[in-house]
Amino acid sequence: MNRNLMKQVIIKTIPVMTGYLVLGLGFGILSENAGYGIGWVLAMSVFIYAGSMQYLMVSLLTSGASVISTALATLMVNARHLFYGISMIGRYKGAGKKKPYLIFALTDETYSLVCGDDTPPGVDPHLYYFLVSLCNQIYWITGTVLGAVIGSAITFNTAGIDFAMTALFVTVFVEQWLTAKNHIPAVAGVVITVVCLIIFGSDLFLIPSMIMILAGLMLGRRRLDCPDRPVGENEAAAVEESVAAGSGKDAAVAESGAAGSDKAAAEAVAVVEMKAAGKEEQP
Amino acid sequence: MTDTHAAALIAVSAGVTALLRFLPFLLLGGKRKTPEFITYLGKVLPYAIMGMLVVYCLRGITPLVWPHGIPELLAAAVTALLHVWRRNTLVSIAGGTICYMVLIQFLFV
Repeated sequence: MNRNLMKQVIIKTIPVMTGYLVLGLGFGILSENAGYGIGWVLAMSVFIYAGSMQYLMVSLLTSGASVISTALATLMVNARHLFYGISMIGRYKGAGKKKPYLIFALTDETYSLVCGDDTPPGVDPHLYYFLVSLCNQIYWITGTVLGAVIGSAITFNTAGIDFAMTALFVTVFVEQWLTAKNHIPAVAGVVITVVCLIIFGSDLFLIPSMIMILAGLMLGRRRLDCPDRPVGENEAAAVEESVAAGSGKDAAVAESGAAGSDKAAAEAVAVVEMKAAGKEEQP
Repeated sequence: MTDTHAAALIAVSAGVTALLRFLPFLLLGGKRKTPEFITYLGKVLPYAIMGMLVVYCLRGITPLVWPHGIPELLAAAVTALLHVWRRNTLVSIAGGTICYMVLIQFLFV
């Protein structure tokens, strides 16, 4: 590892540093005020390491939640991580001893930095991913512990500062949009999620969204899997149609609610495998 | 709540989170050669997921009730435009966040 690589990693992770210090501070203050101080904060940031889940943990802890309801809440809130894994299998292949940590540390924010193909030239990509992941968790731990220690001393009005994370994702989305040859996956992601949000409401929409995005992308594979070919409007419509066709079954799965969410995840994987099998049969 | 119970809840949450992160690799990552559809998903999913994450972050807005999600959508638009203009991640994030803080602290209170 050389100094130049470290510099590139720091520059790359500055946006997450900003967001994590701010959100971490918020979480630290919240947890400390709820009676779970520095030791608890440190434990959660080291072992759970999932921002929105840790915010939710504070209310679970203070409301005396059961082990089962905590497990289900985690399943619902963090199911989107299944998605990150699926799209990083190829890139994390051959990472050796670094792989378990790379997978463990795959948060929303880390994913937004490693999902692009912009590893600096001449650098071992796995070392690069590892340093990015590690720096991000260090920022998160620093922010949250700092919040627990000095948080109450902050006097300016910080309301709305948590928008930094939304802004990070908007920025990554725009950056991808500007560099992508094909905008259908991005549009599909937004449209399907908005439709699911309207249908299922803000507590339940993520899992149906994930299933439908996966189904839509697999159904549209033949058209989307050749990056050099320009894709026209009529083909965009075809993807939307195929998504609509798959929605009935997905809705049924989603209706089984919180208890069925692991089933839904398994279903998502099964859908992918079915589609893959079907694909191979056709020359 | 006892400390033991609190520790148990944290352990359970950590375990489930790790399970969700490891599951795709355990189920689909074992083969020596990555299946073609996984390579394909690795290419197209990031775009769709970022779209999903943006919507996920904005899920709390209330289009039918004041302030109709105006601060969030306006700040997101400012972030996006700044990024198209300067292509500088830090400028986009700082600009969008400051814009949002000003909006909700002074204009949409």
